Amino acid sequence: MTAALTNNPQARLPALSKTRVAQGLLGVAVLLVLTKTVLPAGLVRPPEWLVWPFADWINALFNFMRDDLGLMHVTRGFAEGVEWLLDVTANLLYGRNRWPYLGPIPWSVIAVTAGVVGYALQGWRLALLSAGTFVWIVVMGQWTWSMETLSVIVVAAPFSILFGLLIGVLGWKSRRVEKILNPILNIAQSLPHFAYMIPVVVFIGVGPKAGAIVTIIFSVPPMIRMTLLGLKKVSPEVVESGHMCGATRWQLLHSVQIPTARTDILVGVNQVIMQCLAMVVLASFIGMPGLGQKLLQLLQALKIGRSVEIGITIVLLAVMLDRCTKAWAVRQPEHFEKGTSWVVRNKFLVIWAVLVAVAFALAQVFPMLDQVKRSQALSMAKPIDAVVDWFIVLIDPVTQWLRWFLITWILIPMRDAYLYLPFSAVLALLAAIGWAIGGLRSALVCIAFFGLIAMSGWWDRAMITVYMVSFSVLLALLVGFPMGIWGARHDKRAVKVLLICDTLQTFPSFIYLIPVVMLFGVNDVAVVSAVFLFAAVPLVRYTIEGLRGVPEALIEAANMSGATQRQTLWNVRLPMALPTIMVGVNQSVMFSLFMVIIAAFIGTQDLGQEMQRALSSTDVGKGLVLGLAVAFMGLMVDHLVNRWASRRRQALGLA
Amino acid sequence: MTTPETVISCNNVWKLFGEKAENYLAGMTGNPTFDEIRQAGYIAAVRDVSVDINRGEMLVIMGLSGSGKSTFVRCLSRLLDITGGTVKVEGQDIGALDEKELIDLRRNKMGMVFQSFGLLPHRNVLDNVAFPLEMRGQDRHTRRARALEVIELVGLGGREEYFPRELSGGQQQRVGIARSLAIEPDIWFLDEPFSALDPLIRREMQDEFLRLQEMLGKTIVFITHDFDEALRLADRIAIMKDGAVEQCDTPDKIVLEPATEYVRKFTEEINKARVVHARGLARPINGIAPSGEPIAGHTTIQEMGRLLVNDTRDLMPVSDKNGKVIGAMARQEALDVLFGAPA
Ligand SMILES: Nc1ncnc2c1ncn2[C@@H]1O[C@H](COP(=O)(O)OP(=O)(O)OP(=O)(O)O)[C@@H](O)[C@H]1O
Ligand SMILES: [Mg+2]
Repeated sequence: MTAALTNNPQARLPALSKTRVAQGLLGVAVLLVLTKTVLPAGLVRPPEWLVWPFADWINALFNFMRDDLGLMHVTRGFAEGVEWLLDVTANLLYGRNRWPYLGPIPWSVIAVTAGVVGYALQGWRLALLSAGTFVWIVVMGQWTWSMETLSVIVVAAPFSILFGLLIGVLGWKSRRVEKILNPILNIAQSLPHFAYMIPVVVFIGVGPKAGAIVTIIFSVPPMIRMTLLGLKKVSPEVVESGHMCGATRWQLLHSVQIPTARTDILVGVNQVIMQCLAMVVLASFIGMPGLGQKLLQLLQALKIGRSVEIGITIVLLAVMLDRCTKAWAVRQPEHFEKGTSWVVRNKFLVIWAVLVAVAFALAQVFPMLDQVKRSQALSMAKPIDAVVDWFIVLIDPVTQWLRWFLITWILIPMRDAYLYLPFSAVLALLAAIGWAIGGLRSALVCIAFFGLIAMSGWWDRAMITVYMVSFSVLLALLVGFPMGIWGARHDKRAVKVLLICDTLQTFPSFIYLIPVVMLFGVNDVAVVSAVFLFAAVPLVRYTIEGLRGVPEALIEAANMSGATQRQTLWNVRLPMALPTIMVGVNQSVMFSLFMVIIAAFIGTQDLGQEMQRALSSTDVGKGLVLGLAVAFMGLMVDHLVNRWASRRRQALGLA
Repeated sequence: MTTPETVISCNNVWKLFGEKAENYLAGMTGNPTFDEIRQAGYIAAVRDVSVDINRGEMLVIMGLSGSGKSTFVRCLSRLLDITGGTVKVEGQDIGALDEKELIDLRRNKMGMVFQSFGLLPHRNVLDNVAFPLEMRGQDRHTRRARALEVIELVGLGGREEYFPRELSGGQQQRVGIARSLAIEPDIWFLDEPFSALDPLIRREMQDEFLRLQEMLGKTIVFITHDFDEALRLADRIAIMKDGAVEQCDTPDKIVLEPATEYVRKFTEEINKARVVHARGLARPINGIAPSGEPIAGHTTIQEMGRLLVNDTRDLMPVSDKNGKVIGAMARQEALDVLFGAPA
């Protein structure tokens, strides 16, 4: 391969000039840094004429939409519908005093239902997990909060699924719609959570209603993507057979294409529900009651014991919802023997009906099976607090030192260094990287994304975000990469580690804040550690997947030519796995960006802090500009990594 | 004898894959070869094909992989819009049908069996087979009864609740066949329908096929890679190469008088005696009345080998199905077919 390249002068020339250009740009960047003191101010920070009032424009547009187009009435109307549904679920799940005045359903009935669903979908283990989650919730006395959270998911997820399905089908039917949809989805999926909240607050206000609507909007994009993907994957012969059976377009869609794309669509449902949970927890920032709000309050009050309990509840809910929907997605239809009776065919329904009846009856006799008051709960917050306190005191010297060391010797110098860089030098550096990876086009993409950030007027804040993300990702690489290599060494270990990573990835990001606040309190070190934890998981995961995915034949060939384990790893496995590992790096950067912004409330001075301010002053323009600035960072990295990985795959003959 | 009624009539049908293929075809001069078209960036899957298919006829299409067989059949059912030429079904240009008319045509006249089955994975056998009836809007009960009937016919009785993934390839193929039979189509397209079946069932299905065709007089377009199968079933065989039909004729003619070098090569390996029938060698009688017992026209040369060797007549009379003498066959010629012509 390389021989062929070097022998061919035409192939070599552009490659050479490409690195030359990149080196030249790098030189410019270095020069700009070195001569900073004598540079004109316009090259150090974006000059005034370059900073455009995007926020004002967006605000004007929003005001126009809200007041002149009367969009307010539409959104309010929709919101009222959602509120009505929320009231119904709130009544049923935790007995809010609203129509239909039936609730609350006894907790034992809900636990039994969850158990039967788990059993029907996968078997005993999932049944135990599902029912156990609800038992845990009730035992810990968190029933009302959990049901507040769940009642929103129950309303929001179906809306997201429906909208996603509709938009997905539209995009699949029309190439033009798909073309418009793609960039929107790209941006939407890299906008931090808060960016969604501000417009919703403007249009809807705060409270559960707003929480539900922001959740709906936030979880639609993955559904659209999976619907599109699934419909595209339906084999042409299946569609043709539908045509030959004389199906009309509508018949074709609902009885051939959508059912055949079932698995992908259900994977979309899984993602919707996980996104819903993540967002519902965060929606506490806009007055959404429930688990998220409690967690937020407790964390801010540094009540570690009870935060841990709530954290466990959220984690259990996340894992349960994830496992159940995944099991549903991969379920294959199975036939019954002929002559099977109705009862056997519908055995889960029968079991459920019986168990629910029993639970209802028992709940009448034993009030404990109906509702459990907080005072009756078995909260373990006190012992947990004691243990945590003991632990914290024990390792206090270490954390103290670590905190001092990180802040004085790494974080502050690093932040100052990033802030020292003239913005022109940063742009030149990014252009150099872009050029080296993907030529002129990538260089322009990099400049465009960061140029827009410069024009937004939030350069310094953005650089602080960049510094935290780059430091955390670097740390995550240093830890995650070796861990991935270690995990990939044996089959069994790989499966285990992958399972752990999978589970950790289902946790809503908020959860990662609990241990770091516990250890480091509320400061930059805590933020960086949370981001680091969150970012390390995808790295471990993709490193393992990349290493495991290397074709056996190649490894055998290496072994045959007498390579040692280490040589095989460095010369065969890692180079082949690198494209996959880079996907992990990409995800890691994305996750870090999200996390940095979320962590803002425990004290940072970056874009996230400004976003919180925008949220509390409901400044849509500012909020969206900040959100887009974060999204552009993510999209730039995404572009670079994808370019690099696809080139690399081609070179390795993998694509 | 009545002239056979043409059911499907194709005139200069072209199918090119590629951007703006119509423009390329319109501006095309002369008769470019497959490779020349490929140079221009198009794949000529069907090249200038003109074939008429009669009612009750079974046309078998053969050719190497990628020669355009499946594509041609898709053009006949308008699963693909053709690039040039016309396809008429019962006199109606199907290119001109609107969506509704096309759906009607497919609901009432056409059935198709797909090379890789094209079953709906989420429906069990019964619901797959009943699918075309469901599309027509028949009620649950009738479609169930009819579906069970055809499921029985293809030998899948008792498995109607299985899902496609729970069936073997051959069984899945039979579901596909049953589904296409459910609406009793007049025109039946079969894309390698028996390729996934084991030899025994394959034979059974072929017999079933011949019986059905005899009984219902369906018009069938059948794709196969298997020459024996083609010989058993075909009224005519069309041999395709690079999208063009090299020759479309009765099996006898194809082996006895190959139109092109390619067809000769294609049929070289075949034992001609098994293919050629007495009627294929029969010449009209010009006044001479050959004596003796006539030979039935549908016997192959191989089947009458012993007779040929033992008989002493130079000319042997050949009769049709009803016993009427239609011509005479030179014994020497038949012996040449049997043992190969002397060098
Ligand atoms: N949708 C398509 N787009 C582009 N080219 C196609 C398409 N469908 C078929 N072709 C090409 O048209 C040619 C004919 O394909 P076709 O499937 O008709 O062959 P076939 O004779 O049925 O082969 P097989 O015996 O393998 O089934 C092939 O070269 C194929 O690559
Ligand atoms: Mg084919």
